[in-house]
Amino acid sequence: MERSPLFCRRAGTGTGFLELTFFLQQMINGVALGSLYGLIAIGYTMVYGIIRLINFAHGDVMMMGCYFAYFGILMFSLPWGASFVAAMVLTAILGVLIDKGAYVPVRHAPRISALITAIGVSFLLENLGLVVFGGRPKGFTTPDMFAEVYEIAGLMIPALVLWTPLITLILLSGILFIIHRTKAGRAMRCISHDMETTRLMGVDVNRVISITFAVGSAAAAAGGIMWAMRYPEINPLMGIIPGLKAFVAAVLGGIGNVTGAMLGGLLLGLAEILLVALMPEIAGYRDAIAFGILIFILIFRPTGLMGSKLPE
Amino acid sequence: MDPNHRRNQLLSIGGTALLAALLYAANSAGSDYTIRILNNCAIFIILAVSYNLINGVTGQFSLEPNAFVAIGAYTSALLTLTPMEKEISFIIEPCIWPLSVISVPFAVSLLAAGIVTAFFGFLMGFPVFRVRGDYLAIVTLGFGEVVRVIANNTQSITNGPLGLKGIADHTNLWWSWGLAVLTVFLIARMVRSSYGMAMKAIKYDEAAAEAVGINAFWHKMLAFTTSAFFEGIGGGLLAHLITTISPTLFTFFLTFNLLIIIVAGGLGSITGSILAAILVTWGGEALRFLDEPMDLGLFEIPGIPGMRMVIFSLILIFIMIFARHGILGTREFSWNWLSGKLGIGGRPR
Repeated sequence: MERSPLFCRRAGTGTGFLELTFFLQQMINGVALGSLYGLIAIGYTMVYGIIRLINFAHGDVMMMGCYFAYFGILMFSLPWGASFVAAMVLTAILGVLIDKGAYVPVRHAPRISALITAIGVSFLLENLGLVVFGGRPKGFTTPDMFAEVYEIAGLMIPALVLWTPLITLILLSGILFIIHRTKAGRAMRCISHDMETTRLMGVDVNRVISITFAVGSAAAAAGGIMWAMRYPEINPLMGIIPGLKAFVAAVLGGIGNVTGAMLGGLLLGLAEILLVALMPEIAGYRDAIAFGILIFILIFRPTGLMGSKLPE
Repeated sequence: MDPNHRRNQLLSIGGTALLAALLYAANSAGSDYTIRILNNCAIFIILAVSYNLINGVTGQFSLEPNAFVAIGAYTSALLTLTPMEKEISFIIEPCIWPLSVISVPFAVSLLAAGIVTAFFGFLMGFPVFRVRGDYLAIVTLGFGEVVRVIANNTQSITNGPLGLKGIADHTNLWWSWGLAVLTVFLIARMVRSSYGMAMKAIKYDEAAAEAVGINAFWHKMLAFTTSAFFEGIGGGLLAHLITTISPTLFTFFLTFNLLIIIVAGGLGSITGSILAAILVTWGGEALRFLDEPMDLGLFEIPGIPGMRMVIFSLILIFIMIFARHGILGTREFSWNWLSGKLGIGGRPR
């Protein structure tokens, strides 16, 4: 359910100006939500691109990132900046541990076995979260810097909505730099073409896959923390829906393609916000929109927008 | 033709009679708790065996049973509730017309649940089987979510988040186990028929199966629709066992439980699904102590609610890493196998 303070019902019969500001407001809101989907989708798409595994646990990794940040602020009274960075680092480590502990042993098993393992890991994280953190949602404190509300030309824009796309853009450039300009990134691109040949070339494939998990998980943690600030509470099951939608975003953009994942996320975010804003009566079906889009794409353009090949 | 066919038939009839006798004993002497667990076992056998038909036998890894069970449960519950009860339950919006006046016997509602669910499964199959592998898993998972969202929002049909209350507790051991035996019998017949052969061929190599003239799409549809039919019936039984249903009951969690069952039993083995359904249902009850406080004499360990699911998740991961084939792999129980093991009777083939 949408509980964002940004969400407002269509303002009845407004003047043309009101209609325009309303539309702009929703657009900005959609971009902010979409960049969160995009950030989470990057982890899916990178992992899938390399080892052809839908990392079902990705949404739950995001959830763990939120809890790391929460405990960083609350228990160790870290400043929020340090706490967020620490959370990203810890989440990256968690991603690597999941890969080493659960996915490496099934790497050469049939694909379905790996997929079932991923579902198992997802449930393990959710239930460990319930056991360790408790099922009651916890309030997530938004730093003052993001809590302000700017008024620009009649638009009421919370700082978070402006910061989210900006931070996303910075992280996206960083990830693209890693993929296209570093040695590890080149190895990632090689593995996605042909893992065995890359191994024969002397590349430590498992290390590169670990780096992929680390980068994807850190991006998910960043997305998760901004998600938690947007809906200011966290709970152990919060990762499920954003995780699924981010996967849809990854497919929408063409799986395996990082820029595509970001575009897919933006499109999905805009579609959700605008559809609900223009037709408030379908607000209850909001969570179904993403899957409607997914089914539509898979029927009419199974390769996604950026046109990567659909694997068997 | 198997020379032991007649003997095996007699043994099967005898086995069913023995089961009936045991159920009679449980029904008259067992506690409510025992009967409840036995009912759960039977329903989970129905759900697991039919889920196994599409996931194990046909090898199409899908994650939609929660959607099918929900459709079946709602259909059958809406049909057995009396108009009076519906009027009381639907407080936000009244129930829409034909449903508001209909009330049918339990058996008819179960059959309707099966047919309606199979119809939805059939429609769902068209988009779903355009994709394979991981995508199939995600699309079917998406359908599960969509069904839940729809159940939450169609206030005048499903009563929305309030759910349906006061469903008559028609499900007893005879209904649940009777339908479980029927389901196992029919699905086993299907798996051994030429249709089943074609489904297995698709599982091992879809391209090769198509090359020898098997229409992969329609065989997948057959498996999917059949699976939907029995899952709908299972959902109807479940609704009339727990008497209160709401959309939160049919989350991915239900699918996850069924997935553990069919994976632990061995994907593709009906016998394995049955054994694992009993094991997991019973094991879930046996592990209940984990969620409750433990008194160790000197000090007390506080109960940790949710610990059971942690254990189940770990079991699933361990099965996948260390025992990928589950209890039985793709093997099946047969009387010939049993007599061979015991070394008694039976003419050689």
